[in-house]
Amino acid sequence: MTNIKLLTAASSLTLLALATPALAQTKFEFWYGLSGDLSERVQDMCKGFNESQADYEIVCVSQDNYDANLQNTIAAYRANKQPTVTQIFDAGTLDLMLSGAYVPVRQLMEENGYQIDWDNYLSGIASYFSTSKGEMLSLPFNNSTAVIYYNTDALEKVGFEGTPKTWEEVETVARAMKDAGYECPIAFDPSGAWQWFEQFSAIHNQPIATKGNGFGGLDAEMVVSQGKFVDQLTWIKKMYDEGIIVHKSKDAGETANDAFVNGKCQITSSSIADHGTFGKQAADGVHWTDAMLPIWAGTERTNSLVGGASLWTLKGKSEEEYKGAAAFFNYLAQPEQAQTWSTITGYVPVTMAGFEAMKANGFYDEAPYKGREVAIESLTFTPPTENSRGIRLGSYASIRAEMVKTMQDVLFNDRPVLEALQAFDAKGNEILRRFEQTYKGAQLP
Amino acid sequence: MERRAYYRNGVLPWLLIGPQLILVLVFFYWPTSQALYWAFTLEQPWGGGNSWIWFDNFLAIFRDSDYWTTVARSAFYALCTTGLSMAVALFLACFVDRSLKGTKIFQSVYVWPYAIAAPAAGVAFRFIFAPQSGIIGSINQIWPGIWDPSTNGMHALAMIIICHAWLGIGYNFIFFLAALQMIPRSITEAGAMDGARPVRRMFDLQLPLIAPTVFFLLIMNLISSFTDSFGLIDTMTEGGPVGSTEVMVYKIYFDGFKSLDYSGAAAQSIVLMLLVIALTFVQFKWVEKRVHYN
Repeated sequence: MTNIKLLTAASSLTLLALATPALAQTKFEFWYGLSGDLSERVQDMCKGFNESQADYEIVCVSQDNYDANLQNTIAAYRANKQPTVTQIFDAGTLDLMLSGAYVPVRQLMEENGYQIDWDNYLSGIASYFSTSKGEMLSLPFNNSTAVIYYNTDALEKVGFEGTPKTWEEVETVARAMKDAGYECPIAFDPSGAWQWFEQFSAIHNQPIATKGNGFGGLDAEMVVSQGKFVDQLTWIKKMYDEGIIVHKSKDAGETANDAFVNGKCQITSSSIADHGTFGKQAADGVHWTDAMLPIWAGTERTNSLVGGASLWTLKGKSEEEYKGAAAFFNYLAQPEQAQTWSTITGYVPVTMAGFEAMKANGFYDEAPYKGREVAIESLTFTPPTENSRGIRLGSYASIRAEMVKTMQDVLFNDRPVLEALQAFDAKGNEILRRFEQTYKGAQLP
Repeated sequence: MERRAYYRNGVLPWLLIGPQLILVLVFFYWPTSQALYWAFTLEQPWGGGNSWIWFDNFLAIFRDSDYWTTVARSAFYALCTTGLSMAVALFLACFVDRSLKGTKIFQSVYVWPYAIAAPAAGVAFRFIFAPQSGIIGSINQIWPGIWDPSTNGMHALAMIIICHAWLGIGYNFIFFLAALQMIPRSITEAGAMDGARPVRRMFDLQLPLIAPTVFFLLIMNLISSFTDSFGLIDTMTEGGPVGSTEVMVYKIYFDGFKSLDYSGAAAQSIVLMLLVIALTFVQFKWVEKRVHYN
């Protein structure tokens, strides 16, 4: 598949090259991990950039998904055939940071004479892609956060006005829904550890690991079994046993998202990037809305975590190619570009200026875009704290997978919550120590 | 009388086998040597450097109780898949061998599953076995909760084993059928005249005579179930629920490609490689010589 795509891309490029008169253009590559509709949108963006100026030509190559893009970029880097710009997602960030294989975006823009107002980036987003001292290393590109989605008809039927703001209220309406005959009040997929666990910890200002979730050093240790998530998982288990939370996943035959848009489940939690998808896919007669993730009554809300990916500039390319990359980043940062991208994809605008401009244009006032501002509110609710600025733990994909297993173990095998989370912490620590050993002597930037 | 051809020219043979040798070196020995090197070092994924740590990677995986669970699960998986696949294939082959009506059609039909790629079969089976919407899942309408591979680890493992066995039936069937048809008719006919019924003939005559094939298939199936389960597991369960379908090869993929622990994954693949080499060794050096009835 990919080979054929590459071949077509390559041959069409050759044709293009033959068709256009030879210009002194600098070509550089950008690899990304999106496919389908999103990939088309990226291609449009690349085309727009190529048409906007005559000095550089960007060649955008889809690698299908984040994982494949990360692996292919690594392989290419090791063979010294890396693209100039690549898109890396959250779990792959730390390895790249420690590798020193990149040019920090701030340095890149300064050296090429672009003035970027770095403080304009939404604080929750900027902190995720910055050093512990606040220097941005990569350019935020497609970013999102988790929200909770409600079926408004079901809320109306049980007589709830507005949307629940606390987990207590969620429990009340979910119970009422069950009594009113809804078979699946809340859809839950344990593989969504990102929204159910990481975001929960962030908005309740709970650490996942010491040293500010690893920002302070590679010797961080897991502390999940000592925080509020113990109670949260206990609650999830109780709701699951009572049939109020229902397991929905790919291998169960229907995903939580599908169950929600078909009107089978009434509440679900997912990325704001699904807002657009839900709008398109919702079955006839299914009315829904989104809201910030609930908190427990009596706790203070903190900002939620950013998800998605950012753009990294890799080392080992020519001066000219870096100039091109900087021009491309500058192009992306234009307010109209930011707005188009956010409109067509559902990802959030990454700068305050972009958000304000969209708000002023009335973008968020009407369907289908109404409701997307919730994500910005959630991301910027408070300035990021030690626990909500991000997660900087080694081999995080493994740790996340362990959390999925832990939640499944509690739900399906009745493993006691505290014991399961202690085992999770222990396993997480093993993974972290191994990572630390691999990067012996390395300092977090 | 043994006849052999010799090349007088010393260079020509090397030239002739050169292309093949280069292929094997580039695509087998080179990656294997890299994996071997990584298994003794801690390799940074972006190539920033590595440190030689002798056997620490192996000690780390051997100390990990989860790893041993994975090894035991892989062994169980291999035995079940092999047993199931071979038994069904032999059963079908015996019937087709009896030249009943429609034999010609069945000869080709039974081979088809082998032509289906594992991931494609995995996606199809995922829908068939889905507890909330699949065909098999519909038994939950009668007995709620009796089948749920998405939450029950045993169900999930059974599901993968059945699918893997199903995929292998075609391959086994062809070999069994060929072996059965190699047996001189006179032997089975003699047995029949002495009053042996088909089942008795199968156990006392045919099975011993096709023992070399049975043994060959046994080894091939064991090796395949250790190494080829990835496509099915990745599309059907991704190792879950609670890691209950995580076999050795899937763990190598996950540790290496998802969490970028290249050295840990390299050490695990060396262990898996030794296991497969051992099985092959058993086949060629030891038992193959003893299962012939000559």
